[in-house]
Amino acid sequence: MSTQTTSAPTAAAASKEGRRRPDTAYAARGTRPGFLWALPATVFFALFAIVPLIAVAVLSFMSWNGLGSPQFVGTDNWKRIVDDPVMVKSIWLTLLLTALGVALQTPLSIVLGVWAAGHQRNRAVISAIYFVPLLLSSTAVSVLWRALLDPNFGIPARMTWLFGDGNLFGEQTTAIGVLAFVSTWQFTPFHTLIYQGAARAVPQVLYQAAEIDGAGRYRRFFHITLPQLRNSVITSMILMIVGGLTTFETVLILTQGGPGTDTTISAYYMYQKAFQGFDFGAGAAIALCLVVAATIISLIVVRVSGYDKMRSDMEGVS
Amino acid sequence: MKRRPNYLAGAGSLVWLVLVGLPLYVMLAATLRTRQDYASKGPLSFPGDFTLDNYTGAFDSGFGRYFLNTIIVTVCVVGVVLLLVPPLAYAIVRSRSRVTSQIFRLFLLGLAIPAQAVIVPMFYLITEAGLYDNLLGVILPTAAFCLPMSALVLSGAMRDISPELFEAMTVDGASPRRMFFQLVVPLSRGGLSTIVVFSALQAWNGFLFPLVLTQSDSTKVITLGLYNFQTEHGIDIPGLLGAVTLSMVPVLLIYLFARRALVQGLMGVGGK
Repeated sequence: MSTQTTSAPTAAAASKEGRRRPDTAYAARGTRPGFLWALPATVFFALFAIVPLIAVAVLSFMSWNGLGSPQFVGTDNWKRIVDDPVMVKSIWLTLLLTALGVALQTPLSIVLGVWAAGHQRNRAVISAIYFVPLLLSSTAVSVLWRALLDPNFGIPARMTWLFGDGNLFGEQTTAIGVLAFVSTWQFTPFHTLIYQGAARAVPQVLYQAAEIDGAGRYRRFFHITLPQLRNSVITSMILMIVGGLTTFETVLILTQGGPGTDTTISAYYMYQKAFQGFDFGAGAAIALCLVVAATIISLIVVRVSGYDKMRSDMEGVS
Repeated sequence: MKRRPNYLAGAGSLVWLVLVGLPLYVMLAATLRTRQDYASKGPLSFPGDFTLDNYTGAFDSGFGRYFLNTIIVTVCVVGVVLLLVPPLAYAIVRSRSRVTSQIFRLFLLGLAIPAQAVIVPMFYLITEAGLYDNLLGVILPTAAFCLPMSALVLSGAMRDISPELFEAMTVDGASPRRMFFQLVVPLSRGGLSTIVVFSALQAWNGFLFPLVLTQSDSTKVITLGLYNFQTEHGIDIPGLLGAVTLSMVPVLLIYLFARRALVQGLMGVGGK
């Protein structure tokens, strides 16, 4: 990470800056707060987020079983995870589940968000129910669905005409289906909120002009609403991708990576390696892959959509 | 503008209402019936014999203690966030120092660090610090991971404070400290309540840090209690759902009474 080196060199640069531009230094001393105000939070954040982030890179070159002190082993962990068929499979599964999540949630949340953007009273009431899944922890959602889909006492066992033997966790296809469905159930409301805010911010003039031109409802949706939602689509998709890459609780509670290793996605495999197999080195290597993937995507966030645009999306939320 | 009903979106929203409402109904209904009734009649039937045993049972299996632990974690996380973020956001918005803009960039990058990515070294560091199986060991990393989003939200709120007010106070000879307490904090109450709700939700719903950093029953939080309940008594579905329902109650109460702050706090959750 490039972030680790920021504080020391820039502090030097800033003091040099201060000598060259005395007005700034004066302002900082006088009526504007200095960087010292930001220091406690920065130190705290560095200690509990940046230091572990550096440590994960270091640990990926070490061997540690949870006891004693870690030993340096070079690229051994990396060789092992690259040669590990379960790891390779887990990457594909992670990508598959992430793609499924985006494909299911994006159209659904756009339609629901645009619908919920209307100001009618019944919509306010119904959307209050929509957003309930958001309030639940991933743990509660997963435990709830594990219970509802229980092979013996759940809904599928009562609807065998639809679900066959009622065991959705016994086959890879249905198990992946369950994971995709539960994530969609849990996270669609969040993305709906994003689109609701954005849809309310679309200037009404555009619709009025289109109506004068005789554009129908569906034309207005595809030619005005959708293009106006472009930034929100980017923001929301990136959040879905980051969320998809780090899905963990859902897998741990719903499928335990099974049947076999058929739903063992990377974040879950990391947990298994480190905290169940006590192979913390390999766990760290997998974690580093996740960091790299998430960082690349976050850089795209800042580049493509810009954090200030994310802010303006949030301002539309009621 | 003509208002014709939009049948497609309306139908879609109804389907979604059933998809969301039905599981919640099944959950609530299941918690009010006995295990036998649920097993024999199935989840979709109407509850036969009414009982509250599933709720009292959850408390008997230790959920009272888990609730207390979760409340401690939540209050402390919110406390740490409230202590650290307002000065940080104030510096981000008002300071002209280059260091501050670098710090802001650091926090923006921090938005993208998933907790899963640092959990292995976090376990090592917390163990080394002697905080393993200690609520403090859960509080500190949880609070740290609330900082980036809270800083972003609160600095956004502080940017909306009109510059004239700062100028007026400058003319009065106010120090940065006085401006902070008399101007910035009172005028960013909306942003403050958003970050309180956001960090409280993160703490209340947090799972990974407690899972990896605690072990014994005395340090268990609710989410971990649910997970354990599920692995140990997965067959007692009404009891399990009773525990799930209890874990939701505080959040639902906030939802009823502070919907706006909650929704804005949720927007900060960012697909986690």
